[in-house]
Formats: sequence, C-alpha cells, structure tokens
Amino acid sequence: MFKLAEDWGTAGRPYRDAIVDTLIDMMKDNKSIVMLEADLGGASGTLKIQRELPEQFFECGISEANMMGMAAGMSSEGLIPFTHTFGPFASRRCFDQVYLSGAYAHNTINIWGSDPGFTVGANGGTHTTWEDVALMRTIPGSVVVDGADPVQTEWVVREFAKTEGVHYLRTGRKSSYKIYEEGSTFELGKGNVVRQGSDVLIVTAGQLLRDALEAAESLEKQGISTEVIDMFCIKPLDAKLLLSESAGKKAVVTFENHGVIGGLGDACASCLMEAGVSVPFKRHGVTESFGQVGTADWLQAEFKLTAADLEETVKALLA
Amino acid sequence: MEEKELKNVKLLAAKVRRDVLSMLQHRGYGHVGGSLSLVEAYAVLYGKQLRYDASNPHWDERDRVVLSKGHAGPVMYSTLAECGFFPKEWLNTLNDGGTRLPSHTDRLKTPGVDATTGSLGQGTSEAVGIAQALAVKGSKNYTYLFVGDGELNEGQCWEAFQYLAAKKLSRCIVLIDDNKKQLDGTTDEVMYNFDLAKKMESFGFKTQVVNGQDVEAIDAAIDVAKQNAETANCIVLDTIKGAGVPYFEQAVSNHSMKWNNDEINKATDEAIAKLDEEIERGEA
Repeated sequence: MFKLAEDWGTAGRPYRDAIVDTLIDMMKDNKSIVMLEADLGGASGTLKIQRELPEQFFECGISEANMMGMAAGMSSEGLIPFTHTFGPFASRRCFDQVYLSGAYAHNTINIWGSDPGFTVGANGGTHTTWEDVALMRTIPGSVVVDGADPVQTEWVVREFAKTEGVHYLRTGRKSSYKIYEEGSTFELGKGNVVRQGSDVLIVTAGQLLRDALEAAESLEKQGISTEVIDMFCIKPLDAKLLLSESAGKKAVVTFENHGVIGGLGDACASCLMEAGVSVPFKRHGVTESFGQVGTADWLQAEFKLTAADLEETVKALLA
Repeated sequence: MEEKELKNVKLLAAKVRRDVLSMLQHRGYGHVGGSLSLVEAYAVLYGKQLRYDASNPHWDERDRVVLSKGHAGPVMYSTLAECGFFPKEWLNTLNDGGTRLPSHTDRLKTPGVDATTGSLGQGTSEAVGIAQALAVKGSKNYTYLFVGDGELNEGQCWEAFQYLAAKKLSRCIVLIDDNKKQLDGTTDEVMYNFDLAKKMESFGFKTQVVNGQDVEAIDAAIDVAKQNAETANCIVLDTIKGAGVPYFEQAVSNHSMKWNNDEINKATDEAIAKLDEEIERGEA
C-alpha cells in the first residue's frame, strides 16, 4: 500500500543515496547480488559499494557494451547483476548487448540508467536521453520503470532483485522530491491513483509526478477536477487501471520526461485505441528535439515540461 | 600428449570434420570455412583438455566454452554430438524451424552451449562475465573463449580483452581463430589487423601462436596457458579457413557456401569418404 507523504513535493533525499544504500543492504544479505559500474561510480555513488563490499563490485571502466555483456555472463552463472551508467549510455550505446546477451539469452540485467531527460543538467545534449524508455520497451519481457521518488525507487530496486530478466530503472541521481510516505509499497505492472478527479486524467511517471500533482491542484482551483495516475511501471503497463480511470473523463493527458515517440504516452495511446476508447487525448512530452545544456530547472522549462505547461495542455484539450 | 590420447583426439577431429561436412551438405548451405578451421581446437578441448559431463551439461564443475564466432556452430554441434551431449540425428536439423541447432549458438537451445552468440563481439564479454563469476565463486574451472580473427574488427572484443588483462583473469583462455579470411575478403583486405600476437601481448596477454591444425601444438599451448596464473592468456590459432579439405581451403569465398553444384557435392562426398576411412582405421 502506498500513501502520499504529507509534505509531498518538498526536497527528498538524493535518488543515488536511496539506490546505493538499498543495494548495500541487499548485497550484505545476498552475496549473489553484484554491482557493475562503468567509471561513473563517483557520480552514481556506487563507489560506496566498492568500499564496503569490494568483492561484489566490478569496475568495468568506460566500456558499457562490455559491462552489459559481462552482466549477462555473470547472470548465466547465477549471479544477480546490477549495472549503472548514465541513461543514454545504458540504453542507446549498448542496446544490442542488452537485447541479445541479456534478454534474448534469458540472462538477467538490472539496469540503472541515471539522469534521464532534463535531469541531465550540465552534462548537456550528448548525455541526454529522450528515448531510453522507447528503446527498452521494445525488448521482449523487459520491465521499464521511471522512479517517482526515493521511497518508490528503493522499493523497485528490491523488487528487481527478486525476478529474472532485463529490468530498466531511470531516475535522477541527485535532487528528488518527496512523494510517498516511507514504507509505502507498490506493485510492478500496477499504476497508482495518487489523486482522484472526474474531469481530466493525467498519467505520468518519474520525477514529473510532483509537477503533475501541482498542476492538478491548480486546475482544481479553476474548476477542473483532475485525477493523476503514477504509472511508474511503464512496462508492463497497467492497462486495466488506465481503461477504468479513463472512462467518463473529458480528456486524458500523458506527461513524460521523454520523447513522445515510444514512451509512456505512446504506450497509453495504443492501449486506449486498441480498447476502442474515444477520448480527447494528448501526449505531453518532448517532440523531435535533441537535448541541450542548462540547469535541470532551466531544461525542464525549455522543453516545456513544467506544471504550468501541463496545465496549458489540459486546458487546450478541453477548450 | 600420450600416444593413445593423440590417437583419440585425431579420431575425434576426423569425426567432427566429417560431421560438419555432412550436416552442411544435408542443409545445402552454411558456414563451412570457419567451422572447419576450428576442428582441431575443438577436438583437443573435448578430446582431452575440457572438464565436462555430457549427461549433465550444466554440471557446476565443468569448464565453460564460449564460441563468440557463433556462426561456427556446426563445429560445436558436431563435437557435442560426437561427445554424447545429444543424438547425432540432431545434426541434420541445422536451421530447421524449431531446431535445437540454430545457425548461431544459443545457450537456451543446445545442451553444452554455455553462451548465446552470433552478434559478433558479444560472446567475448559474456565469457568475461562467466570467468569473473567463476572467480568470485572460487571456482578453478576454465572458460575457453573462441574468437574469430574477422570478429576482432568489433570494438567490444577489445573492451573485453582489456578487462581480462587488467583483472588478470588467467582462467579465461582466449583462442583466436586466425584463419585470415572474413566474409568480404581476407582479413588484411577488409581491415588489416597488424600483428595479432603483438596486439594481444601489448594488451597484457601471455600470447602463444601455434599451428591451429596441429592437435599436439594446440594441446601443448593450452597446457602452457593453464600454468600461467600471472596474466591473461591468449592462444592465436594459425589456421586455414576450410581446413582439411583442399576444395574448401582453395575456394576464394568460403565463409558461407552453397551446395548447389556437382563440384561442391563431389568434393564433399570424396572428403567424407576419405574421413570415413580414416575413422575406420582409427577405430580399428
């Protein structure tokens, strides 16, 4: 069961602290869990694992393809590998290795692709991924998650270690916002209705959940009753929830820190269309753009991914 | 190698070569050149060096074999069949719909195959992961990694070699099939590969170059590699693409061939007959 924290939207602990501390906690109990890093341990915080559990940490250097292949080989020997690099390098750069050495060969690779979308900040356009969800969704059997906050992310990391397969988690590294109360639990493949409403449905995932909730509050004040689903598990998609919550709504808007092609919006659109649902619908995300440099806040505004931008989209759709 | 061992390894090599020819002729096409070049190395491994239990392919105490040049599946399948991993009748199912012997080796389909390969370069990292996992578990088992010389065009190979050498994973023995040809031409024509042995040495490998069609030389090199726990180990197998059959050795383009004319069928029939005689003598 999950519950929104009373102080949701305020600053949370860094995602990387939540992930690394959770991994260390798990790795102490289960020596089969190993961490592979591609020379970004200083950035991700996984060097703490190297310090505390050196026999379970493998520095692969700047060679993501080899890291993913190694993870696959280690999995075939019964280990449970987690890997980290920045989102674009964890997806675009070594897609074939994840696809074939990993998924096709039925090997497990748990992948943390960090700093997705605008959270890339000062690393800029070369390090930006607006397409990692799209790529990872195409892999048969994959699980794709965009972590809304550290509480949920910690839960996801623990869950990933329990099952076999290619699992992809995208989250920022540093700043986060509190959303859920400590101790909240979730279910992979199940979305969370975090706010009820009757006019409009917003479906979102990841850090944008805070912005979606803020937009919903603002819309409510303007007389538009807005429901928000945290579809943190983008694949498998909770089609049942999407369909039940779309019923009777005047509009459905998806909101993602990702390109509109192949992401959460496309997943929801396919689901609705194939179920014969006819409702005004908009994918609010990034369209035909590469990334660029700036602070995360500046990039969020530049790519029109703020709460205010979402409000505009909702109102335009209802107009 | 003792005389009896030598005889057995040579006999296995003859059987594997015959089976490779027979299965490809039956199928009517396939990767003949790079399968034949590895016959002797496979015979040495499965005839002498390798620790395995054909009745228990996932035996934890086995040595692992990764054929990163996965298109050479026929040499692996023939060897595994001859060593009892599965019935020899399977060999003629190569590439049939639903077969357990796909064009490129697949750990989920074939007993005795430890890694899924085919997208060149990927098997190298899988082997490194396997070797690293075995080291973590304190296992003394070896991981044998077969890599093609053409495959070395792939950057991933060098990422994997870099890791092996840096971490001194000496129990992962890299065997490079230096048969000097790839699909579009000779390796020198396609992407001149300089001096392979020097490249591997510069990466930090103890590197031996041996005649890859000489079972005793291969066996001795593996013995030497097993004695070296200080660095990563590489054996460059100086081989002939299409080895053992003049027709295939001399074919200009022998990476993958079609059995669609009398000449290739006659050459194959003659080679199989000759190998059958050799096998009969060996079994006498």
